[in-house]
Amino acid sequence: MKNQILSGNEAVALGAFQTGVKVASAYPGTPSTEILQNFATYKDVYAEWAPNEKVALEVAIGSAMTGVRTLFTTKHVGLNVAADPLMTLAYTGIPGGLLIVCADDPGMHSSQNEQDNRFYAKFAKIPMLEPSDSQEAMEMVEEGLLLSEKYDCPTMLRMTTRVCHSKSIVQIDAGNQAAIPVAEGFKRDLKKFVMIPAFAKLRHPLVLEREAKLEDITETTAFNRIEWNDNKIGIITSGITYQYVSEIMPDASILKLGMTFPLPKKKIKEFADKVDRLFVVEELEPYIEDEIRIMGLAVEGKAFFPKLDELSPDVVADGFAEAGVLPYDLPPVQEIAPGGDMPRPPLLCAGCPHRGLLYSLNKMKAIVHGDIGCSTLSVLPPLQSIDSTLCMGASISMAHGTVKAMAGLEDKRPVFAALGDSTFFHSGITSLMDVIYNKGNVNVVIMDNRITAMTGGQQNPGTGHTLQMEETYAVDIIEIVRALGCRRAREIDPFDMEGTMAALKEEIAHDGPSVLVTKRPCVQLFRQDPLAVRTVDTDACIGCKRCLKLGCPSISQGDIIPDEANKKERRYSNIDAATCYGCALCEQVCTSNAIVYVAQ
Amino acid sequence: MTRENTKKTVNVLVVGTGGQGVITASEILSDVAMRSGFDAKKSEIHGMSQRGGVVTSHVRYSENVASPIIMEGEADILLSFELSETLRWLHFLRPSGRVITSLQKIIPPAVYAGMGSYPEEAQTVIKQRITDPIFVDALPMAEELGNPRLVNTILLGIASAMLDLPVDTWEAVIVERVPPKFTELNLVAFDRGRNIT
Repeated sequence: MKNQILSGNEAVALGAFQTGVKVASAYPGTPSTEILQNFATYKDVYAEWAPNEKVALEVAIGSAMTGVRTLFTTKHVGLNVAADPLMTLAYTGIPGGLLIVCADDPGMHSSQNEQDNRFYAKFAKIPMLEPSDSQEAMEMVEEGLLLSEKYDCPTMLRMTTRVCHSKSIVQIDAGNQAAIPVAEGFKRDLKKFVMIPAFAKLRHPLVLEREAKLEDITETTAFNRIEWNDNKIGIITSGITYQYVSEIMPDASILKLGMTFPLPKKKIKEFADKVDRLFVVEELEPYIEDEIRIMGLAVEGKAFFPKLDELSPDVVADGFAEAGVLPYDLPPVQEIAPGGDMPRPPLLCAGCPHRGLLYSLNKMKAIVHGDIGCSTLSVLPPLQSIDSTLCMGASISMAHGTVKAMAGLEDKRPVFAALGDSTFFHSGITSLMDVIYNKGNVNVVIMDNRITAMTGGQQNPGTGHTLQMEETYAVDIIEIVRALGCRRAREIDPFDMEGTMAALKEEIAHDGPSVLVTKRPCVQLFRQDPLAVRTVDTDACIGCKRCLKLGCPSISQGDIIPDEANKKERRYSNIDAATCYGCALCEQVCTSNAIVYVAQ
Repeated sequence: MTRENTKKTVNVLVVGTGGQGVITASEILSDVAMRSGFDAKKSEIHGMSQRGGVVTSHVRYSENVASPIIMEGEADILLSFELSETLRWLHFLRPSGRVITSLQKIIPPAVYAGMGSYPEEAQTVIKQRITDPIFVDALPMAEELGNPRLVNTILLGIASAMLDLPVDTWEAVIVERVPPKFTELNLVAFDRGRNIT
């Protein structure tokens, strides 16, 4: 036994390895990405990045149908993409243990919404476990696989950003290899695995029978436990909020729920009957609270604890203070220090290959449907290059819809879709097929930076490497685009501003759909090896700020330019040599020839 | 009545901007705390860390830690890699809390886009609010020692002098975490920080 401080994601990966998971598939998505990245490093396991979550879950189902313990991980919105296989998987079941790890992002630290995916477990009627720290995350992997195997359905391990990314101490032992079931291989079972209506009708009653069995299990599992204390206040909670509650309300009794579908109604009733005042503290939706209300019990929750954002010890303390039960006075709120509110939004990196394209797009006076990925950062000043971002791959299909809708309107602005390579592979391909098939006229730009960048640099079908770093076929984007029927497709260099602008103008002038591929690798991959770094020639700089409009983190304003006429105060631009990558976009936008190349 | 129960927990808030080494510093601190026999938790949000945004990492240790997040007004130490970021998180400190801040200024391009201004009075504001803040010109110091990345270790060295964790454990963790060819340099930087006050 040894202690190690692990993140929730690392603990899940370790737990999966130690309990004999052999196959894992996922699409990267914050905050879930590190689970597969860690799992992939263990011996004798197979782990892959699939092009999207639907594919990943289907791979996992095929593996679990073969009797092998399997892992599928996703961020909350990714489960929307995988919802189709999930809902029918709940009917078929699988002989091998299948764990669906779903990482929600309350507070939207890195997501487009903060949907509460606990409802998916209820929707599909599959067991759900919710860990509160890394130790539990690891233990629940095994419990989840056992439940999956015993009740012939996947188990959902629902995590949140704070559990995924917080580190806490985990006690690690060698694992119990003897407890790992031996895979029996794929066995034909038509009425179970072929979901034609006649057979699905046979499966649906089994889903309801399973739910009834799980209702018994949830009453007895050790993961649903009561911590008796003073019985004036009783609090039902789960996940990370359990930690906040036990710290803020040390004297209260707590019903700590680790299994949250099905809910242990008898245990909840028993707990509710013994306390004077019953609270539920949960992030996002009143998932537990509503069920307790349906049971006819008096309960308080969302009246004091918001549905918005993630909770924190501060928010939990505020809620109990408002409810009049906080056992101490809240300290006076300290104001944020003056000057402490300067905005510091995340930015496209210095040398980011997206910048040249996004800056050029801005000059086209076009409608630009954007997509998920680093390029969304260009919505902020000074670039403000995109008009929409909704979900993976949506840019192309939304642009198509906009074009069709504009047919009868006076607005004749060109319409662009801009998305990354990984997003194109994820679900942009089908959207482009729609454009071509239905005679659309969308100008598509695929920003091919040779990696899945926003989530931290994962391999994808275009990179030539798998998750486990084996060499593989690298999908040729242009070839795909042409095969879909878009004959007008070519690569451009986004570091060449003039060429990029000209290409965009040419596509606007052309009547019909087109694809431009801006091909330059993500700077994070080649940061150590900069091109020729640029510097500002102060004899030539007139302080016009054109270069600052690029929003490059390496460019700042320096000293005041001496000005005898004493007109407007202007400052020299300044380039930080330590972070400049040498993309030379600033040199290209400068009209005073003040940005020059530093000889090595 | 005031909140007593968390007072025994040591709360260190490490802050800075993307790419500065905030997360590495908090990794080292939480590892040292764990190896010194404490329950330790650490929490931060990944995702934007490489893209110049605000980065914070919460480290807490004691016999038994529940929440991985520090409450506002309960941080014992604010360890900051960037001066304006010190201001941003100052309200997390206890009245008796300590500030250790690098004097490095990283002006965000948002300022040039007219979205606010850099707080030039930061040092004055910090001095008004906090007793004995430690201002350290960590970047030139690190460069003088031979590598700008040593800022991290210098700042940890200063924090180590305020925390009751064995110096041997600090050094052991640092040695494990840095590439072998930088071991000596990091130990020198750590020692420089530790003896700064």
